[in-house]
Amino acid sequence: MKKTFPQTVHLAVTLAALLVSLYFIFLYAPQESTMGEVQRIFYIHVSSGNMAFLAYFLTFFGSFVYLWKRNESADDFAYGSAEVGFIFCTCVLITGPLWAKPVWGIWWTWDERLTPTFFLWLLFVGYLMLRSYVIAPGRAALLAAVVSTLGVVDVVFDFWVIRMKSYRGQHPAAVMGGGENSGLDPRMWVAVFVTFVACLLLFSYLVRQYMRVAALRRQVARLRQLRDSSSGA
Amino acid sequence: MHTLRIIAAIFEKDLRVEWRHRETLASMCVFGLLVIFLFNFAFEPAGEESLRLLPGLLWIAFAFAGVLGFNRSFASERENAALEGMRLAPVDAGAIYIGKMLANLFFMAIAEAVMVFAASLWYNFSFIPALGWFTLSTFFCTLGYVAVGTIFAAIAANTRMREVMLPVLQFPVAIPIFIAGVEASTGALKGDPPGDYASWIKLAAGFSVIFVVLSYLLFEFVLEE
Repeated sequence: MKKTFPQTVHLAVTLAALLVSLYFIFLYAPQESTMGEVQRIFYIHVSSGNMAFLAYFLTFFGSFVYLWKRNESADDFAYGSAEVGFIFCTCVLITGPLWAKPVWGIWWTWDERLTPTFFLWLLFVGYLMLRSYVIAPGRAALLAAVVSTLGVVDVVFDFWVIRMKSYRGQHPAAVMGGGENSGLDPRMWVAVFVTFVACLLLFSYLVRQYMRVAALRRQVARLRQLRDSSSGA
Repeated sequence: MHTLRIIAAIFEKDLRVEWRHRETLASMCVFGLLVIFLFNFAFEPAGEESLRLLPGLLWIAFAFAGVLGFNRSFASERENAALEGMRLAPVDAGAIYIGKMLANLFFMAIAEAVMVFAASLWYNFSFIPALGWFTLSTFFCTLGYVAVGTIFAAIAANTRMREVMLPVLQFPVAIPIFIAGVEASTGALKGDPPGDYASWIKLAAGFSVIFVVLSYLLFEFVLEE
């Protein structure tokens, strides 16, 4: 493992960023005028949502590199991104309804933003299940890489199909790119940004840990094989 | 030219195997009919209502019958290590995919015809007035469904519990095709002007082309040892 950025520092920075983001969410950002305190879940929700889609894309990226270069750590990166991305995606699907119930009066609706997020969650589930059910462990990386490549193309079709289905847009407009009309207080913008950076740090730390564990696991397997072959001879 | 001959050989082999034991088609048809049959007792649709429910019902039946057939198509290859044999042959892996995909498409088309006929009979609904557009939309949607189904079946054949693994992998990816299939056939059966639902057929055609090409390119990795 490279010593460029020690893990302890990485962890410390991540934890600090998470604490700082809590400050920004609960104390710095002003209270929303109509929704009240419950709106504060929005910062976690939006950041997790962006992270989930980013993570699926990174899973594809890792898979692509693996298919091309057959680099084992590229596959570890893909698997780690999928695992952490799945957690973020679950987080969106939990925080969303928690907010929607008091604000909309319902837990769930098949809206043009909720639906693709749920599809994404299903794609994560398929990917992760495949990885744990492949019979020959050596082939899992290759098969999973194919699945994530097909999946990332499918995400594009999901958005296309959902737009065509013209679901009633229940969900607030995109904050990113909403421009002047998104109606977000500048201090809220700062809180969104800080939370996103904290989530990004958390993601990178967890994926890094995953890659470390995967590398160690491979090393153990190699050593064990070496021991068995020398004692068996 | 060479590739086309390989595709034809694999297609023919699958048809001949099917002709000799008739397992895949029989199970697909019977299972599809059971879904349509059970649906009647779940909702007892009549008149106008059956027009609203029928496209969805048919696509649920197609989806489940399809999964059954795709699973069979690679399970039988694994039983006698036939897939290893094919892998050893000096041919392009993509050609094997196209051959198997076409065979699955052929089986799906027959099973779908049987299911549509049964639905028409049991729900007293005539498909004749809209048959052309209904067939066109169902063709493209089925092509897309079979395209992803075939490659995912090849992947799922490498797992424990492949019967569960295939739908878990395939259904989320096939959602666009499922929605397009329901929307386009609803439009066609209602007798709407084709312009109203042509965009769904275009979506299905685009999905099919992209996933056939992608799977053709990726199949090499699926077969790799």
